Amino acid sequence: MNDSHYCPHTPEEIGEMLSAIGVATVEELFSPIPAALRAQTFNLPSGLSEFETFSRMQAIAGDNVQGLTSFIGGGFYDHVIPSVIDHLSGRAEFYTAYTPYQPECSQGTLQALFEYQTAICRLTGLDVSNASLYDGGTACAESAMMALRVTGRNRIIVDGCVNPFSRQILKTYLFNLDVEVVEIAPLDGMLNRAELANVLDDSVAAVLVQNPNFFGSVDDYTALAGQVHTVGALLIASVYPVSLGILKSPGEMGVDIAVGDGQSLGNPLSFGGPSFGFITAKKAYIRNMPGRIVGETVDKSGKRGFVLTLQAREQHIKRHKATSNICSNQGLCALRGLIFLSSVGRQGLADMALLNRDKAEYAKARLAAIPGVTVLQSAPTFNEFTLFLSKPAEAVVAGMLKEGIAAGVPLGDYYENLGQALVVTVTEKRSKKEIDHFAQLLEAALCN
Amino acid sequence: MQLIYEKSVPGRRGVKLPASDVPAAAPLPASLLRSAPAGLAEVSELDLVRHFTNLSRRNFSVDTNFYPLGSCTMKYNAKVLENAAALFNPLHPMTALLPGGEELCQGTLGMLHDLGGLLAEITGMDEVTTQPLAGAHGEMTGILLVSAYHAARGNKNKKKYVVVPDSSHGTNPASAAIAGYEIITVPTAPYGDMDLELFKKAMTDEVAAVMMTCPNTLGLFNPHIREISEIAHSHDALMYYDGANLNAIMGKVKPGDVGFDVIHVNLHKTFGTPHGGGGPGSGPVGVKKELIPFLPQPRIIKDSQGRFQLEARRPTSIGRTANFFGNFGVMVKAYAYIIMLGREGLIRVSEQAVLNANYIKERLKPYYDLPYDQTCMHECVFSASRQLAHGVHAIDISKFLIDRGYHPPTVYFPMIVKEAIMIEPTETESKATMDEFIEVMIEAAQTAESNPQALHDAPLTMPISRLDETKAAREQNVCCQW
Amino acid sequence: MADYFFSKEHEWVRVEGSKGKVGISDHAAHELGDVTFVELPKVGARVKQFEILGSIESVKAASDIFAPVSGAVVAVNTALETTPELVNESAEEGAWMAEIELSDPSELQNLMTKSQYDDFLKTL
Repeated sequence: MNDSHYCPHTPEEIGEMLSAIGVATVEELFSPIPAALRAQTFNLPSGLSEFETFSRMQAIAGDNVQGLTSFIGGGFYDHVIPSVIDHLSGRAEFYTAYTPYQPECSQGTLQALFEYQTAICRLTGLDVSNASLYDGGTACAESAMMALRVTGRNRIIVDGCVNPFSRQILKTYLFNLDVEVVEIAPLDGMLNRAELANVLDDSVAAVLVQNPNFFGSVDDYTALAGQVHTVGALLIASVYPVSLGILKSPGEMGVDIAVGDGQSLGNPLSFGGPSFGFITAKKAYIRNMPGRIVGETVDKSGKRGFVLTLQAREQHIKRHKATSNICSNQGLCALRGLIFLSSVGRQGLADMALLNRDKAEYAKARLAAIPGVTVLQSAPTFNEFTLFLSKPAEAVVAGMLKEGIAAGVPLGDYYENLGQALVVTVTEKRSKKEIDHFAQLLEAALCN
Repeated sequence: MQLIYEKSVPGRRGVKLPASDVPAAAPLPASLLRSAPAGLAEVSELDLVRHFTNLSRRNFSVDTNFYPLGSCTMKYNAKVLENAAALFNPLHPMTALLPGGEELCQGTLGMLHDLGGLLAEITGMDEVTTQPLAGAHGEMTGILLVSAYHAARGNKNKKKYVVVPDSSHGTNPASAAIAGYEIITVPTAPYGDMDLELFKKAMTDEVAAVMMTCPNTLGLFNPHIREISEIAHSHDALMYYDGANLNAIMGKVKPGDVGFDVIHVNLHKTFGTPHGGGGPGSGPVGVKKELIPFLPQPRIIKDSQGRFQLEARRPTSIGRTANFFGNFGVMVKAYAYIIMLGREGLIRVSEQAVLNANYIKERLKPYYDLPYDQTCMHECVFSASRQLAHGVHAIDISKFLIDRGYHPPTVYFPMIVKEAIMIEPTETESKATMDEFIEVMIEAAQTAESNPQALHDAPLTMPISRLDETKAAREQNVCCQW
Repeated sequence: MADYFFSKEHEWVRVEGSKGKVGISDHAAHELGDVTFVELPKVGARVKQFEILGSIESVKAASDIFAPVSGAVVAVNTALETTPELVNESAEEGAWMAEIELSDPSELQNLMTKSQYDDFLKTL
């Protein structure tokens, strides 16, 4: 079989090249590798045609569940994706380019990233953004490490209402460092402010909170920012970008660093990736930001152009003293985020956020009316809320999955004593009819 | 070109959103609301399409230009891989974590498990985690695995250092430093590999790991790699393999056979997934069996009935380095690439990548200094030192290449080569393309002597000329002001 | 330049009484290129000879600045925070980085005079 469509040389061309090099065979080029080091086996299957490959992938995709009606969130959200996004991010000039090291032939990527940074700054109400991080969870860890550098301190306080995966990632990143991570247990689905006050002192580098939090509760951290600043620490907020269509921005609250996952901005669920993480901060902290940053400048004739800037912070120059080890980020996903935000636009994002909340409030009222269901939090919520059920949530969810409904995320795996709690997510894609059907099934599940 | 914000007109929209079929909710308290909507662009769908289409045309890319960017493996990305990835778009990652959810995701869990197996066979490792999201993320994950290994043996406080050669990628020392280690850098010897005698002196029982790229960033295979591994192991240090250059050796050498204990591979380099103008990448990490207990979770296991399950919580795990299962969409593409090329196809990839690099090396050798004149693997590193005598730097040569429609090679890396020009053609380029590139490189060398100013003035054909990077760094305008 | 002393890492100290102003040499500034950022020590910090005092960045490079003498930092040149280009314009005069109260004046013996430093540069 001939695989040569990806290795184009003909035997004649190979012969010409070998004679230009001055060797007889391709194998001779591997002579620097001592025979004793050579692979003895290479047990891979034989290759497939393009058609066979795609058929195999279709079969694999077919082994997954199809057509679930989803009320699950937990950090990834099923939102509309305007058609233009696939078409524009699918331009090969974007997706087959590398990191824009050579600005003159990369102005497309560079200007798009500058526009992305602008969108993220405006969304979060903060001054500076980088060109993306890996995902929302790692962005939390990077923001904590940034706070350690800024303050020179070694304690991080994390609200237990922050996404449990983000908290796990933070602990994994920090476990070999001399850093203490203090977790505050949630109180009724909210930050326990009294407990936080007990541990907040001038050894703390940062306090990490999330809005809306993992239970779906919406909070105002303005007063908290003041308290945190009093002891010289930074306040970090992890935020859900779609909610910022209406919710008070981190900048308005006095937050120092805001992070989040950009999946909800035009990126498919795709079993968890790729999405992108974002990080924004007050201008004073720009030199401690991780990752690539695009800056505006001018060319020799004074024409505006864009470059990767502040590169002297980065690993390829500063090596072990760099602000982070990040090289590749999630540029194409960030581009999708920019196209999404530019497509829905200023008022569209606000409308979309309101629509999410309207649907979720309808669902919350409908579900809370079912005997055996109460709403866990007294706080307002956005498009997620937590129900407390009269039966173990895992069993209820497992039963409803058989009916084609993913009812939500049971909390038993993540919190002690919350085995009957269920986080339900309702995006703009869920119809009233689907919500009503969900309510009927839940009622049936709890009655028998 | 205008910014999208400069094209914005209040009231315009680029997409029609779903209408509401539920009553409007009572508003949230004002204290929870933002004072005004975020200042996003307001443009029509056509404005949006023109803007981003025109932006895209200001990029060089693999699909439009030869892109011999050393160390980055900018091979052609097969289109069928994009189609394959789209098949999985609707699946929510939490589905697998619901009670009974694994049964609903047998296709994806099985594919991830199989991909791990294929990568393990290619690299000679015992198990692979697909969670790390990029090469550097894989490095950090790998070094955290190393530290968990030492901690489990009671050596957490004893192991303080990670050893890297001075030719290493900057990510290696940066990743090890972020994971809590101090760095010992070993110089390169005149023969182009890490200086073996200095390495022996650097090795003590306080070294946790040695990080190597093999072939190294000079494109040279280190024949002493097994000896180096043995020395490291004699000090209870683990060997870390930076897989950035794996494209050179598939089917020829397995890092696991020659003493490496932990490796990452860059799916966006070797395994044909596009780089996206800065990501998403994917950096799966392979380990030898001693390190399996420490792998991050969720970990996919195959049960006795051949069903794929998520392993129960395991206290020895380092925990989690990313939200879910890694950059899944990238792994779909890499998996499809591997099964499409198969055993013979992957071997041919490495053979022709090495053939192409040596061809360019031999053809350009008369015109550029070659500081390490040996048979190279998948890339070769020249120095513009001869051109520097005429005041021409590597950066000037790169800008000349841009004017001729070539993305420049990597320049000024590795740092140990003065005025470095690092060329990696990859296996997907034809001889004709390389011959044209070689002619332009020769012309650049001749122009450096005859008319150096022409190189200093380049590029002239791009939308912008050379940019004032000092101004950008001093002024830090990183977002568009209101 | 009689009162200037230089280190092999290209820092200088100019001693006046018990104090010394420190900075980087013209040679070092030229090697770095256009300086974009200077990280200064904090007033009150205690530094040791040849240990890190601060750092300096250009577009494509970053270097540590090592203290040429031990002592307490009594003043820093805050002008460098907003105008790092001073380093390129006047490395050995206007772009002093910190003033150090010398804890051990005998350490000056570990440094080079201006003419010794100029000879040293020729060997690089």
